[in-house]
Amino acid sequence: MALSFDQVIEKYEPTLGLEVHVELNTKSKMFCGCATTFGAEPNTQVCPVCLGLPGALPAVNAKAIESSIKIGLALNCKISPFNRFARKNYFYPDMPKNFQTSQYDEPICYDGYLDVEIDTDEGKKTFRVEIERVHMEEDTGKSLHVGGATGRIHGADYSLLDYNRAGIPLVEIVTKMVKGTGKYAPEVAKAYVTALRDILRSLEVSDVKMEQGSLRCDANLSLAPINSNTLGTRSETKNVNSLRSVERAVRGEMIRQGNLLESGGKVIQETRHFLEESGETRPGRSKEQAEDYRYFQEPDLLPVAPESKWVEEIRNSLPEKPAVRRKRLQAEWQVPDKEFDAMLNADLLEEVVQTVAAGADPTRARSWWLGEISRLANEAGKSPAELISTVDVATVIKLIEQGELTDKLARQVVEGVINKEGTPQEVIVKRNLKVVSDDSALMKAIEEAIAAQPDTAQRVRDGNIPAAGALIGAVMKSTGGQADAAKVRQLLLKHLGQG
Amino acid sequence: MELKEVKHLANLARIEMSDEELIKIQKELDLILNSVARVQEVAKDDIPATSHAIEMVNVFRKDEVKSSLSNQEALSGAPAQEEARFKVPQILGEE
Amino acid sequence: MTSIFSTASEMAESLKQKEISSVELVQMHYDRIEKVDSGVHAFLHLDKAGALAKAKIIDDKRAAGEKLSPLAGIPLALKDVLTQKNQPTTCGSKILENWRPPYDSTVVERLNANDVVILGKTNMDEFAMGSSTENSAYGPSRNPWDLTRIPGGSGGGSSASLAAFEAPLAIGTDTGGSIRQPAAVTGTVGVKPTYGTVSRYGLIAFSSSLDQAGPCARTVLDAALLHQVIAGYDEKDSTSINQPIPDVVAAAKKGEVKGIKIGVVKEFQGEGYQKGVLNRFQESLDILVNLGAELVELSCPSFDYALAAYYLIAPSEASSNLARFDAMRYGLRISETAGQSAEEVMRITRGKGFGPEVKRRIMLGTYALSSGYYDAYYGSALKVRTLIKRDFEKAFSQVDVLVSPTAPTTAFKIGEKANDPLAMYLNDICTIPTNLAGIGGMSLPAGLAEEDNLPVGFQIMAPVMQDDRLYNVGAALERALHEKWGGNILKQIPDLNNLVGIFAGKGSN
Ligand SMILES: [Zn+2]
Repeated sequence: MALSFDQVIEKYEPTLGLEVHVELNTKSKMFCGCATTFGAEPNTQVCPVCLGLPGALPAVNAKAIESSIKIGLALNCKISPFNRFARKNYFYPDMPKNFQTSQYDEPICYDGYLDVEIDTDEGKKTFRVEIERVHMEEDTGKSLHVGGATGRIHGADYSLLDYNRAGIPLVEIVTKMVKGTGKYAPEVAKAYVTALRDILRSLEVSDVKMEQGSLRCDANLSLAPINSNTLGTRSETKNVNSLRSVERAVRGEMIRQGNLLESGGKVIQETRHFLEESGETRPGRSKEQAEDYRYFQEPDLLPVAPESKWVEEIRNSLPEKPAVRRKRLQAEWQVPDKEFDAMLNADLLEEVVQTVAAGADPTRARSWWLGEISRLANEAGKSPAELISTVDVATVIKLIEQGELTDKLARQVVEGVINKEGTPQEVIVKRNLKVVSDDSALMKAIEEAIAAQPDTAQRVRDGNIPAAGALIGAVMKSTGGQADAAKVRQLLLKHLGQG
Repeated sequence: MELKEVKHLANLARIEMSDEELIKIQKELDLILNSVARVQEVAKDDIPATSHAIEMVNVFRKDEVKSSLSNQEALSGAPAQEEARFKVPQILGEE
Repeated sequence: MTSIFSTASEMAESLKQKEISSVELVQMHYDRIEKVDSGVHAFLHLDKAGALAKAKIIDDKRAAGEKLSPLAGIPLALKDVLTQKNQPTTCGSKILENWRPPYDSTVVERLNANDVVILGKTNMDEFAMGSSTENSAYGPSRNPWDLTRIPGGSGGGSSASLAAFEAPLAIGTDTGGSIRQPAAVTGTVGVKPTYGTVSRYGLIAFSSSLDQAGPCARTVLDAALLHQVIAGYDEKDSTSINQPIPDVVAAAKKGEVKGIKIGVVKEFQGEGYQKGVLNRFQESLDILVNLGAELVELSCPSFDYALAAYYLIAPSEASSNLARFDAMRYGLRISETAGQSAEEVMRITRGKGFGPEVKRRIMLGTYALSSGYYDAYYGSALKVRTLIKRDFEKAFSQVDVLVSPTAPTTAFKIGEKANDPLAMYLNDICTIPTNLAGIGGMSLPAGLAEEDNLPVGFQIMAPVMQDDRLYNVGAALERALHEKWGGNILKQIPDLNNLVGIFAGKGSN
């Protein structure tokens, strides 16, 4: 009988290790001047250097060094005063030089930590994830496997290579072994990658889009019997392409290893691939016969020796840490925990922040993004931020606050903006959505309503105030809903001697 | 050096060699390694390594985009190409 | 009267005076190549149409009164290890047969910017690994002094082209002596500049931390003129030194050694050195003393370990540098049967595409870097490198330049050492320490060895960024020797026209 997750964690203690690769958002590549634009035509962002042509030489992108230091500082790391690039030698067709220029025993940043908060049975709890190292390297090209039954690497007839991605700067962030998480290992893994992503985003060093591969996570996991003080053999799961997958992959691997151990089997040290559909992993290359990478110092590049003055300048320019900022915003906006978490979970904090920055009220901004815009986004199968700009949302909210739009009209304006009919102002003009606030225009409509329903008007004059509802409704109808109902009511009652 | 080791090296270096070639190179490598091993006589612990003849640090370039090769130029030396990409035989391993 | 036997500076003067056009000068050299290269086999590829078109443009510029570079319109032979856009660049290897790079090396850019006319690409040991050009996949070059002998290596094609008067100037590259040893055995001048002063961008790497391109010529002044053209900072090469290059042309014109302290390296004499080599070396020392230099005998004990360190460092770097030749993106691709995987095609292509010496060094380097052996081999070699640097530093605290024979022997017979790699490696014993330390070195002719009437090279070494000292001392010695010989040593070379008939066609395959 297969063990469930709960049964596995009754017997085994997980040890977690996470390796996150981040593509930096520099304009040019790590070692050459080629552009890094995502989605360009194949092999158009390549040059002798990143194609590994004979004779070409690398030259280090200064911005990549700065970004790496920023990342290290934000993760509470020490910055190495003297670090070097090395060559990691192995053959693979997507790697033009058949060595990867990387950092080996001398990473630029080391010994840091990141605190992450998760919900536990005893309420919120903070776990400290220690960072072993942050080092620089270069990305590989992309291969397309053609022919065969599956379109996957196995069974393909041949492969097609595009080196646009080759040489894009990568920063690899490696944790130390994370122990003592128990059953929360999947949540800690997800919370760590989420927190890391938020930090990287706040530093503006990467696009951090997991779906585009600019943030990639490998999860190492091993199990050992509880209280055994031993360390099990670990597997390394690759191809984890979303935050949710991080949690699922760790959970799935815990269940797989637990069952394997329980049935008397042995975990082998290997690379496994996460399968998005099933949440399981499948085996990849066995690492039992470890590759001999023959690392040695890259003779074509010189040591990096960041001056402490420069490091301090970078430290002083770092933005507020996301966790701190979140607490501050929640207090400033006076949002209850649950609602704030809802905004975070919907990944809409940045949109709300920008909308507020553009002059909108925080509560309204939150409710628009989480409500109407999320609903429309859901319908369109897109993310809310893709639909409308924060500036346009702020404009709409300000018009509501000024009484220029009702909520109902505002929804039509937003719909128009999303349909690319123009700016909010343009949509208002085109669709003629302005609130009728001109007293004389309203009075005309009121007089018409009274003329049409003289009996009802008389009842109101006689003191039957609720009867005014029918007249107000008629006015709203004749103005196409563009009048402010409260205003209509006020004018009507006054006109009938009840104001 | 054992023949097994020579085979392992040829494998690491991705060079196909016949058995005769392996045996010949085994002898040559033994001879050369015996001769160059004398570096160990003077390579004492307290001597630092020199990987670069001229000592310099912090040689960086500005993050500026320079023109790339055209797709045609990039593929000009390719043994085979298809759909603007380098065409290579099926790849077996995975990294 | 300007002829192919003139020096580059004489040719430059004639061009300037419009006594001859660049087109005529270039054509003259192609005529010579046509006549003698079937025997010498200095060239792997000629770009006749391109060179003549370029010469015409330069002649037009000159006619229009444009200000031109000192070497504008002068022909040059380029070692086939440097990329030249759309021209074959093979490194003497089958694996790059028919490859035409889509970009120019920085050296070629500088030659083009200075209107030097590139005649073609010269033969070399495969990937610059060798001392004889016997390791070229395209057959050896032959020494114009004796076509049964090697012209040195790896840049034997460049040195042979100079001695055979197929070109007045050539570019070489020097990793352990590949400019200087060929110069020594062909009676020409070759300079390895300070590491980092000539850009390596586009120089197909053998050993990145040792490789350096440099000028090859028939006189010290000609070498200086070419040195000035190719040297200078290049941001594409991170190891490039961002400092002004010393005025080597002025130094070559000066040639004054009065009061200069010259260190004679004790380790580079005695056993293993040909008698005629030591005799010519001693004569040159005597001349320098007569000219007012002061001799100091010095010991550099770690130099005894230089060869061993070199044969670990260079192969290690090479094993990594040559990994890119994998049949995927450019160059040779061999598959034996349909449906073979990329991995198999890589192995087969590398197995067949590389020659024995290249495979030997890749295997050696792979071993030296592999886990478990790194510290004992590669790591120890890096420490020896430190010791050698220290020996040089100590020596240069006492003297201005160091001198030695360039190579222990004169040119040996083709095939003589082909089956003995260790004996072959000994050729570079005197030149290797400078590469390990990154300093500059020059070889210039010291005369002919009495045993075989073949040229002997005299090596000068100077501290980092003091390459002008090489030219100053070299020019002084050259002037005195030319007086003694009644002109350039190459005046004594046998008439190639008589010899070539016998060897025509044997050099190439
Ligand atoms: Zn590039």
